Amino acid sequence: MATQTATSSAPITMVDAIRQAMFEEMERDAAVVAIGEDIGVYGGAFKVTDGLLAKFGRERVIETPISETAIIGAACGMSFLGLRPVAEMQFIDFIACCFNQVTNFVAKSHYLWEAPVPMVIRGPSGGGVHGGPFHSANPEMYFVHTPGLKVIYPSTPSDAKGLLKSAIRDNNPVLFFEHKFLYRRLKEEMPPGDYLVPIGKAAVRRAGRDLTIISYAAMAHTAMEAAAELAKEGIDAEVIDLRTLLPLDKETILTSVKKTNKLLIVHEDTRTGGIAGEIAAIVCEGAFEDLDGPIERVTALDTPVPYSPPLEEHFLPNTAKVVAAARKLAKY
Amino acid sequence: MNQPLTREQHLDLYYFMQLNRQLEERMVRLFRQNKIVGGLYSSLGQEAVSVGTCYALEKRDWIAPMIRNIGALLVKGVPPRDIFTQHMAKYTSPTKGKDGTSHFGDLKVRHIVSPISMLGDLIPVMTGVAMAGRYLGQNIVTLTWIGDGGSSTGAFHEGLGLAAAQRAPFVLIVENNQWAYSTPVSRQVPIKNLADRAVAYGITSAIVDGNDVIAVYTAAKEAVDECRAGRGPRLIEVKTMRMRGHAQHDPAEYVPKQMFDYWKARDPITLYEKYLTENKIWDAAAKSEIDARVERELDVEQKFAEDSPLPPSALAEEGVYCDGCHKIEADWKRSKADLMPPKSSINPAWRLEDLGALGEILVTPHAVAAGNGAKTPASDTAKVAAAEPGNAAARPLAAAPGEIVEEPAVPRVPFGRGPKDKAFLQSPENPQNKTYRRGAPDKTFHKGGHDKSFNKNASGKSFGKNPNGKPFGKNPQGKSFSKSTPDKQGRR
Repeated sequence: MATQTATSSAPITMVDAIRQAMFEEMERDAAVVAIGEDIGVYGGAFKVTDGLLAKFGRERVIETPISETAIIGAACGMSFLGLRPVAEMQFIDFIACCFNQVTNFVAKSHYLWEAPVPMVIRGPSGGGVHGGPFHSANPEMYFVHTPGLKVIYPSTPSDAKGLLKSAIRDNNPVLFFEHKFLYRRLKEEMPPGDYLVPIGKAAVRRAGRDLTIISYAAMAHTAMEAAAELAKEGIDAEVIDLRTLLPLDKETILTSVKKTNKLLIVHEDTRTGGIAGEIAAIVCEGAFEDLDGPIERVTALDTPVPYSPPLEEHFLPNTAKVVAAARKLAKY
Repeated sequence: MNQPLTREQHLDLYYFMQLNRQLEERMVRLFRQNKIVGGLYSSLGQEAVSVGTCYALEKRDWIAPMIRNIGALLVKGVPPRDIFTQHMAKYTSPTKGKDGTSHFGDLKVRHIVSPISMLGDLIPVMTGVAMAGRYLGQNIVTLTWIGDGGSSTGAFHEGLGLAAAQRAPFVLIVENNQWAYSTPVSRQVPIKNLADRAVAYGITSAIVDGNDVIAVYTAAKEAVDECRAGRGPRLIEVKTMRMRGHAQHDPAEYVPKQMFDYWKARDPITLYEKYLTENKIWDAAAKSEIDARVERELDVEQKFAEDSPLPPSALAEEGVYCDGCHKIEADWKRSKADLMPPKSSINPAWRLEDLGALGEILVTPHAVAAGNGAKTPASDTAKVAAAEPGNAAARPLAAAPGEIVEEPAVPRVPFGRGPKDKAFLQSPENPQNKTYRRGAPDKTFHKGGHDKSFNKNASGKSFGKNPNGKPFGKNPQGKSFSKSTPDKQGRR
């Protein structure tokens, strides 16, 4: 597949947007390199890196053995010399293989010995495509719980592009989750020029008065669909797309809750230890007096991601579940 | 060849080993006085390893020490006060008290990557440092150590595999000190020499006496030179002995007394003193001068550490992220234009030469004897194996130069063990006892090949022919699939 490198006004998918971000950053800065499995000749399992090798050559597009610990370790080592590696996990589920390298070495280096680690770990995540229990995970909270990392999980092509570019330029290790359900399902025009989206800023996708729905990634779209349904019933929901999970945009969350007085949190991650619990605590600490009802959450079940469509659909949140929870909350 | 060491260098080695030992002896006393707040790990008896290996490096080279490589830090120019203050958790320590022991680094001046307690992880990290150094044109070599215990971790193998695949200028010192905490080597790894593991990665390795600092230095220097010349990575197993327990709390009663006695008689510093005397490199005056210098320096450094304050508690909150506190800039020693389009642009396809032995098979029919025979039609294999016994391609994939791979005295008869392989002809793998002829396919052998259903792939295309109708054995794109029955595949 020929790859577009130049920014054009035609709408593009999230895969194309991510690729465009990598192209632009590699063209801008020779310190940016890509490393991962099958990312060169083949162009990556999802073709995210397609065309990079042709343009930037084997020194900058480094294909590795199936060795996630070695990928992350090597990328970290490269960053110590001032390079800015973008490491791909073929599926983000496989980041479990290099958990130690990420959480104990990469994340702690700056705190312990003032060694910044300017690297990005990116990969396809999330369910809804019948990938089964080892190709559908949302392991973001392991890393949100790790001081020293930044965690990004965009929901739109333009955010993906702008946030990835920001991540590559960041002086810290950034985990960049790419929801594979969104890879090719929506298209968007890219804003012109060197488009950056700041890390740590949530987006208010829909303004509303009656309740706040906070979500991110694929569930941000579910939240929007639910808000449209609710609007028909006269419930005016505000929808916040977190975009970055670490650092969390507490200000936007609290501002919204103080306005709507009700909070529903939706995530595709499993329930226990998901970010909903953390947001609930933040709201209790910062806006308890403003709440008119209990903080509700709609999440995936506390199970592995099952494979068969009826099982996976039962596992995942969906618009109907979000609408039902919102209706209940709106009654308070 | 290595240049022989000068007198100064010989004395340097002694100075650093003695500094290493006396520094640690002082820390044992500080530990007993409760002035060291955490653990203390001794490298007693292993000083020649740390000092001899690190001494082979240049200033621009990078190391990542383990906890018992204090000698290497000293050789790299770390002042002893840094090691005292680290152990005593002082604000003046390199990590300001955020970590202890030898867990600190120095990216800018001394090129030290901080250790991590999870052993093996530094191997891929130092591979990455080596790759980045090459990328930037710095011509550096990186070196780290791993124990006999740490050589069983996944990170060890992943890192070594990547280093080998990347031909990284990276030296791995396998510091075999006989004990992983309380477990002897024999209960961890059922092979005699840990260096044997290098063979599997196509890495040239060496084994040296870790208590002979000259031997250690010489082996390390050769490995470093080879890496700098683009022939890395290298692995050296140094055989030595941990003369104390895992840490101060551990009296090491599980170590048989005879073992301590054996190694005590081989103390690296005593051995080296004898060497210096016998070779008339020094005299008693030179020794006392260095010993006095070591004590003098350590007095000052220890006092500095003891007088230093503990960190303010609010420091605990600082430094999780780099918020512009560090300027990140690569030190380019080559033209960036080489790495930018159009210069960097290539045809993004695997070339035959990328495929190693497999590529050789496809380019040169002679080379069929090695590699994955399953991807070559059996008749060609049989033919070639018969025609060219012992051809060079019989080396394993990614064979390293030199001593690792011995050419088999008898040519390997790999897949498609050829018609001259009498043993095979009578083996259970060939129950019908058929012989294979050169050239024309043997009907029995090719049973599968003539089976139409077997010969079809999912899209209904015949595997036996490429789109040009030529046999796959000569297909330059390498899209060959075996059409022979699996039970006739030989073993490498």
